[in-house]
Amino acid sequence: MGGSAPAFALEVRGIDKSFGPVHANRDINLQVKAGSIHGIIGENGAGKSTLMNILYGMYQADRGEILIGGEPVRITSSAVAIRSGIGMVHQHFMLVAPFTVLENVMLGAEKDFLLKASVSATRALIERMGRDYGLAVDPDAKVEDLPVGLQQRVEIVKALRGGARILILDEPTGVLTPQETEGFFQILRALRDEGVTILLITHKLQEIMALTDQVSVMRRGEMVAHRATAETSREELAELMVGRKVLLNVERPEIAPGAPALRVSGLRNRDREGVERLKGLDFEIRAGELLAVAGVSGNGQTELLDVLAGIAAPSAGKIEIGNAVVDAEHPRNPAEMRALGLSHVPEDRHHRGLILPFDGEENCILGFQDGEAAGAGFAIDKAHVAARAARHVEEFDVRPPTAKLRAAQYSGGNQQKLVLAREIDAAPKVLLVGQPTRGVDIGAIEFIYQRLMRLKAAGCAILLVSVELEEVLSLADRILVMSNGEQTGLIDRKDADERSLGLMMAGVTAEGKAA
Amino acid sequence: MNHAPLPAWADIGLLPLLNILAALVVSGLIIAAIGEDPFRAMAVLFQGAFLTSNGLGYTLYYTTNFIFTGLAVAVAFHAAMFNIGGEGQAYLGGLGAGVAVLMADSFLPGLLLIPFAVIFSALFGAAWAFIPGWLQAKRGSHIVITTIMFNFIAASLMVSLLAGPLMREGQGAPETRPFAEAAQMPYMHEMLGALGIVVPRSPLNLSLLIALAVAALVWFIIWRTRFGYALRAMGASPGAAEYAGMNTVRITVLALLFSGGLAGLMASNAVLGEPHKLVLNFTGGYGFTGIAVALMGRNHPVGIILAALLFGALTQGGTELDFEFQTITRETVQVVQGLIILFSGALAYLFAPMVARLIAPFTAKKGAPA
Repeated sequence: MGGSAPAFALEVRGIDKSFGPVHANRDINLQVKAGSIHGIIGENGAGKSTLMNILYGMYQADRGEILIGGEPVRITSSAVAIRSGIGMVHQHFMLVAPFTVLENVMLGAEKDFLLKASVSATRALIERMGRDYGLAVDPDAKVEDLPVGLQQRVEIVKALRGGARILILDEPTGVLTPQETEGFFQILRALRDEGVTILLITHKLQEIMALTDQVSVMRRGEMVAHRATAETSREELAELMVGRKVLLNVERPEIAPGAPALRVSGLRNRDREGVERLKGLDFEIRAGELLAVAGVSGNGQTELLDVLAGIAAPSAGKIEIGNAVVDAEHPRNPAEMRALGLSHVPEDRHHRGLILPFDGEENCILGFQDGEAAGAGFAIDKAHVAARAARHVEEFDVRPPTAKLRAAQYSGGNQQKLVLAREIDAAPKVLLVGQPTRGVDIGAIEFIYQRLMRLKAAGCAILLVSVELEEVLSLADRILVMSNGEQTGLIDRKDADERSLGLMMAGVTAEGKAA
Repeated sequence: MNHAPLPAWADIGLLPLLNILAALVVSGLIIAAIGEDPFRAMAVLFQGAFLTSNGLGYTLYYTTNFIFTGLAVAVAFHAAMFNIGGEGQAYLGGLGAGVAVLMADSFLPGLLLIPFAVIFSALFGAAWAFIPGWLQAKRGSHIVITTIMFNFIAASLMVSLLAGPLMREGQGAPETRPFAEAAQMPYMHEMLGALGIVVPRSPLNLSLLIALAVAALVWFIIWRTRFGYALRAMGASPGAAEYAGMNTVRITVLALLFSGGLAGLMASNAVLGEPHKLVLNFTGGYGFTGIAVALMGRNHPVGIILAALLFGALTQGGTELDFEFQTITRETVQVVQGLIILFSGALAYLFAPMVARLIAPFTAKKGAPA
C-alpha cells in the first residue's frame, strides 16, 4: 500500500511440489508485473493448476517462497490468499445454483446475524463492479438461470469482492462461446486498466496472443520460458509448450463420399419439462464425410447428440442408420444404437464417457461390457480386457503408457484418447463426437484430429459437435448450424467463414444455401 | 480432503486400526471414569471373546450374522444405494426359513431340507427388498426412507404372525414350535468332533462356512461379472451408465434383490443355526450394525469379514464384561460399540491427513505405479 510501488505484484521463487511420485512443480520462478495481464500456458498436466492452487493456498509448496508486493507471505489457506489480495476463478465454477447472484456474491462475507446490512452492501458492490469494470449482472437473477458467460461474471465479482488486486483465472474461456469470450476479454482489459493484476491460465494460444502482456510457458512441471507477448509468436509458444514443432493445420483428406450412413428427417425432441429442444432437423451424412455442428453452446447440440446416441428419444421425426429406423414409436437405447454401428464420444467425458473412479481397463469396456470386448464367457475376462486396454493405450499413445490408473488420474487429453480409442475400436459406421478437444492440450488435439481424419478416410460418417469455430472450419466437409434448437444453416465448408457462421449461429438463416 | 491420496495399505489397513485404537482409548477413559481399571476391562473383553472355553465359538457365531448383513449393505452401496432395511430383510429371511421348515420338516431329510430353508430365507429377504427397490427405480422414492419404513412393517408383521398363525399350538409365547432335528444347521463342534477334533460346545455352525463362501461369491459377482460391472458403473456414475445403455431400472431392482437376499441369509445362522425355531426379534440389531460393518470393511468382502470378526468379538466379549464387572453393564458395552462405529464410520478419515503427512516421505521415493 502506498509509497514506492514494487515492480512486481507477485513473485514466486523456487516453488517445488510433489504428489507422491509425481513431481508437479519443479523449481518454479515467476515474476508478474503489477497491472498487467500475465498468461501462463502449457499442456494439460504441465503443472499450471498446481502452481495456481499453491498461490491460492489450496496446496502447500514443499519448498520455495511467494512474495506479494515484495513482501514474503506464507499462504496456508485460501482465506490467507484472499486476505493477501488474491482472488481466483476456478475452471469449474463454485456457485450455488439455486441462489441469486447477490446471495452467491455475499456467501462467506455475511457480517451480522441478520443479513440486511450485508445485502445492501453487496448490492452496492455489484452495482459498482458493473459501473467500473463492465461486470454488469442482475443481482436478483438466479444463478442457474444465467448463461455460462454471466455465471463467470458472478465468479469474477466474487473473486474481486474482498478487494483482490491479483486475479487468477484458471482456463476461463473453456466454457464460453466466441462472442462471450470477446466480451470477457474486454472485462479483463478494463480490470487491468484499473490496476488489477491478472494471471490467466490457458492452453489456448490465440487467447495468449490476443490478451496478455507477458507470457510464461510451463512444460512437465517446469517453467521453460518467459516472453513479452509482443515479441513472440504462436508458433514459438506452441513449440515451447510441447517441446517440438506442432502442426496446427490439419490435413483434411478429400474423400468421395459414399452412400448415406445416417439420415435425419424432421427430428424433434422435448426435454422432461416438455420444452422443445430440437425443432425439426433434416440432414444426412455419407460414409467418409464429416458433418460439423456449429452453434453457441446450449442451442440443442447436446440434445441432438443424446437423441442420436439413444440416450433420449425423439418426440417426432426419424433417424435412419443403415436399414434401421428410430422414431418416437420405436426408440432405441444406447446399447441398441451401438449394435447398429454407432459410436459416441460424448461431450462430457467426466460424467458420461468415463467412470472416473474406475481404472483404464474397466473403462475400456464401458458400453461394450455385454459383448465380446469383455470376454467370451459369463464372467468378465480380465486378461482379455487388459489386453484390449493395453492395445488402446499403445495405439492412441496414452500417457502415462498404462491402463492401470484410475481414469481421474489421467490428464484431460489422455482421458479423451481413452474414450476415443474405445469408440473407434468398435469400427463404427457412424461416429458422434462432442467437443473432442475441450480441455485437451495441443499435442493431444493434433493427435485426435489425425485419428478422426483417418477414420473418415476409412469410410466412417462423422458428426462432430463443437463450439470452437476454428475446429469446425478445419475439420468439416459440411457444416450444420444450430440456433435455439433450429437448423439455421447447412452449408459446404468452402462456402463458410467465421462471419457467415456467426450470423447463422445468431439465428439468421442462410437462405438458398441449405442443401 | 486436503491431503494426498493414501496408498491402499494405509487406507484399508492402517487407518481402520488407528480408528479402533482411538475408539478403545476413549472407551478406556470412560471405563476409568466409572471407576474400573480399563486395562483389566480390555483384558476381560479380549479373553471373553477369544480365549475362554467357548468364547471363540460365540464370537464366530455373532461374526457370521455380521458377515451376512455387512455384505448386504455393501452390495447396495456399490450401486450407490443405502439399504437401511437389512434388519427387516433379515427378519423376513427368518420367516422364509421358518415357513420352509414348518412346511417340510416332517418329510424332507436334512440334506434337502436345510438348503431348501436357506434358499427360502434368501428369497424372502430379497422379496422384502424388492418393493423399496422397485419404488426407487420406477418412482424415485428414496431407498433410505422406504427401507426404514419396511423395517417397521416387518417388525409388526412378524409380531402378528408369531402371535397368530405361526404360534405354537397350546402355548402362550410368541414363537413357533421347535424345528425337527433334520432342519438344524450342523454345529461346528459336532462336525469337527466327527473329524476327531475336539472343540467346546458353542452355537457356531455350518453357516459360518456358508457366509465365507457367500462373501467369495459376492466378490466374484461384483468384480468379475458383467452384472457386477454394470452395478458398480451405475453406482459410480449414473451418467456413464446411461451413456453405456445400461438398464438402470433393472440394475437397481436386481441390486436390491441381491442385497435383501444376503440380509435374509442371516436366518441360516440366527434361526436354523441356533434357536431352531422362529422367535421375536432374533435379528437383534444385526441388520443395523451391518451398516457399520460394511463402512468399516470399505465395502469389500475381505474387509467385511474382518470388521464382522471385530463386532462379533465385541458382542461376545461385551457379554463377559457385563458378567465380570459390577459397574459395567450391557449399556456400557454398547457405548464401546458405538464409539467404534463413530470412529470407523462417521470419523473414518479423521486421521487420514496425519497419516498422509507421516508416510509422504516414504511413498515419494517409490517409483510410479506400474
